[in-house]
Amino acid sequence: MRTLIAAGAVLALAAGPAVAQNKTVKIGFISTFSGPTAVIGQDMRNSFELALDHMGRKMGGLPVEVIYEDDMQKPDVGKQKTEKLIESDKVDFIAGYIWSNVLLASLKPIVDSKTMMVVANAGPSQLAGELCSPYVFSTSWQNDQTPQAVGEYMNQKGVKSVYLIGPNYAAGKDMLSGVASTFKGKIVGQDLTKWPDQLDFSAELSKARAAKPDAVFVFYPGASGVQFLTQYAQAGLKGQIPLYTAFTIDELSLPLQKELALGVPGAQQWVNDLPNEQNKKFVADYRKKYPGLRPTFYGAQSYDAAQLINSAVVAVNGDLSKKDAMRDEMRKANFPSVRGPYKYGNNHIPIQNFYLQDVVKGEDKEFPLSLKTVATIVKDSQDRFHDKCPMKW
Amino acid sequence: MLLFIEQALNGIQFGLLLFLLAAGLTLVFGIMDLVNLAHGSLYMIGAYFAATFAALTGSFLFAIVLALIATLIVGMAVEVIAMRRLYGRDHLDHVLGTFGLILFFNEMVRLIWGPAGLSLPLPAWLNTSFQIFPGVYYPTYRLSMIFVALAVALMLYLIVMRTRVGMLIRAGASNREMIGALGINIKLLYTFVFGIGAALAGLAGMMQAPILTVQIGMGENILILAFVVIIIGGIGSIRGAFIASILVGLIDTVGRAFLPDILSLFLSQTAASSAGPALSSMLIYLVMAVILVLRPEGLFPAASK
Repeated sequence: MRTLIAAGAVLALAAGPAVAQNKTVKIGFISTFSGPTAVIGQDMRNSFELALDHMGRKMGGLPVEVIYEDDMQKPDVGKQKTEKLIESDKVDFIAGYIWSNVLLASLKPIVDSKTMMVVANAGPSQLAGELCSPYVFSTSWQNDQTPQAVGEYMNQKGVKSVYLIGPNYAAGKDMLSGVASTFKGKIVGQDLTKWPDQLDFSAELSKARAAKPDAVFVFYPGASGVQFLTQYAQAGLKGQIPLYTAFTIDELSLPLQKELALGVPGAQQWVNDLPNEQNKKFVADYRKKYPGLRPTFYGAQSYDAAQLINSAVVAVNGDLSKKDAMRDEMRKANFPSVRGPYKYGNNHIPIQNFYLQDVVKGEDKEFPLSLKTVATIVKDSQDRFHDKCPMKW
Repeated sequence: MLLFIEQALNGIQFGLLLFLLAAGLTLVFGIMDLVNLAHGSLYMIGAYFAATFAALTGSFLFAIVLALIATLIVGMAVEVIAMRRLYGRDHLDHVLGTFGLILFFNEMVRLIWGPAGLSLPLPAWLNTSFQIFPGVYYPTYRLSMIFVALAVALMLYLIVMRTRVGMLIRAGASNREMIGALGINIKLLYTFVFGIGAALAGLAGMMQAPILTVQIGMGENILILAFVVIIIGGIGSIRGAFIASILVGLIDTVGRAFLPDILSLFLSQTAASSAGPALSSMLIYLVMAVILVLRPEGLFPAASK
């Protein structure tokens, strides 16, 4: 009898996945879930899960299964996890990726296996240009776009000279060259710091002070942004030289940066107070589902990634083998994005607005400081690498 | 020139911080012959304690004192519970065991304090900058870090060279069987030494906390540099650790500050600013390699070895 039950169990186990595979949408989601930047991964997962809740955890009638993998912020680990998702989990879609260097390392196995992928944060210039792929979509931006908007804003403010500081990896370099591409004044100096382990900026701050610029532009995502602002103030530079940022102040770092973030403008394609219906629902339900937390732009992009995948699955009625039809649908960006409607460029990077965001006091009952949309800096911004992408449609 | 002075101060400050970490590491390594990879975890624990006590008491200095005591206790508990079992074994077992401790501490911190990290705000009187020369401002807090670390170095020197406990520590480093045979409670001595090492690491962590944020795994990167310091300085030597820390601190900071400019003389601006930091972080290891070739025991090897 016992052997019979065991045999039955083995059979059931063996049969289970084979049947299930045809009846679920399998999504592999790669982000950072350990180490100091795990809070970003957490927010991306929270928002992705919320999006699935909003869809009743079904896409085109099929139940959705998500496999979350931790890249540990390391390109080699990210690549390994990507290969695992494609080869042994046989996922239908891949989504996520915070870090440009991790994404660049993981790109080849995705493109080679023709797996549909939605990037929810990273935007290395190569991906928008020569490495663009018919299988890869982005719900974020190309790295340069946000700092380009900051450069525009500095022009509007009449800044004549700037000192640039950022981390030494793919995105850091893109950020600094992004500012440089639109800023009309003089760049009096720039520093790239070792990433991710250098967190003391004393040497760079001393140099920036000595260069006597009108402004300092800085890009430090996650907790390193907190450290930068703290040290900027300790060095006595706050109030002395105005600071402009991209991706340095968000809902995760703000509770730690506190007052230090006041008066430090940044640019973003999504801010939590954007007035469209889908965004109101997203922000309200996020705060209901995860008490004490607010969604970030990372989360907003992950939420849109789930919606983009959903739009493709719905368009083919759950027949995931119809990749061309799914791609055609995704190119329309035919879903209620939390940033408001946007279009896709030929390289599958969004053409979208960038807003000026400012830190304000007392707008939110639960949090003393919050981010607010002040103005639209650039309308329908398209990345400057799309000409290098051979894809046309 | 003024910029150079400022950068040298930055380097010295970073070096002294490394010294606090390396001193404990070299004491434990030199005297107890224990490779303690979890030293960085004690650095992290110190920072978490300081941030917690600061939030509870509202006083920065009071928080530091409480956190020091708490870290000392945690260190001694770790020695009694875990480290004792490792002494008789070889270094590979130490590495394995203490690596396990790193994972344990990281997970414990995540359970207690959550994944987001904490901040330790500075009191207003420390959160300013100080004019050391006309036109050269330096953060007051970093200046006070230099003084505290120098005072600790001096105190450590006096304890090790001038007190009975110090005499036992030095004797234990030279010949542990002999000191045991003389009727000294070597177990207690080891617990004490490990506790002191932990408190020093904790102090480094709490002093760094207002500059960096308090977060999980914060000790792991800096620990590699602390190991470099004790290898350059000579294992077990406090004096060696002191000089090597300042050397490493200066090389790291001055390299970061000036290499990109030097490189930009013969490279493009972008290439120089991305090659500079990479090269300057290699510089320390190059210096270590050169020193090891010339003096395989380090600059100031402990007398016994």
